[in-house]
Amino acid sequence: MPTLAHYLIVSGILFSIGLGGVLLRRNILIIFMGLELMLNAANLSLVAFSRFNLLADGMPNYNAQVLVFFIITVAAAEVAVGLAIIVALFRAKQTTHVEDLNTLKF
Amino acid sequence: MLAFALGVVLLRNPVSCAMSLVMSFVALAAVFITLDAYFIAVVQVLVYAGAVMVLFLFIIMLLDLREEKRRRVRLSAWVGGGLVVGGFLAALIQVISALPALKVTKPLVSHPLANDVAQVGFALFRNFNLPFQIIGVLLLVSTVGVVLLSKKELK
Repeated sequence: MPTLAHYLIVSGILFSIGLGGVLLRRNILIIFMGLELMLNAANLSLVAFSRFNLLADGMPNYNAQVLVFFIITVAAAEVAVGLAIIVALFRAKQTTHVEDLNTLKF
Repeated sequence: MLAFALGVVLLRNPVSCAMSLVMSFVALAAVFITLDAYFIAVVQVLVYAGAVMVLFLFIIMLLDLREEKRRRVRLSAWVGGGLVVGGFLAALIQVISALPALKVTKPLVSHPLANDVAQVGFALFRNFNLPFQIIGVLLLVSTVGVVLLSKKELK
């Protein structure tokens, strides 16, 4: 039987993969996908906590699932805004590589 | 799920990255079902594997992204990034495996087939009604922002 620690470790590995994608990849779209992976890792740990800490009547703690619902909604809004920014950036600079975007570099 | 997530980071073609991201989301929905969170699993498939991925693929198509050219990889960047990620993961696993309170197996729910959607709905509309409406306003604001951002020129 998987314990709570197993779920949390899987969530941590997923978060680390997303963090690695954000740090190592140079394409801004892939960086965005890494952000999505990190949000999903947070969702996984919240759902695991909700399932393992039952309420007094033996039901899962639904407050955590409501929080996950809110996170998914905010992530959807964030993806829409972020992709619109990427499209505007591509129109201005004709690139999605972060190394080509060095206007602010000193 | 973790293999597909690795594929997102390691694959070279953006379309393959997006496809493995879809598979990772679907596998995560399966994990949610094993945790008896049926509503969250369905929302995950609908919102992430449906809407968000269509948006990603549409943008990839719109920008006409090709397979990345093999650029000169800076070794220092990879070593630094790997150190940060590996250090974070090692610290996390050490903390989690050191806590005895986390080594509990799954307790039985009292009603395994209880109406999950109804329970989430009660919590959402009774206890969290105000945040729910604020989320609605946030979605409206983001929609307006996206339309404004993608206009050709701002007046």
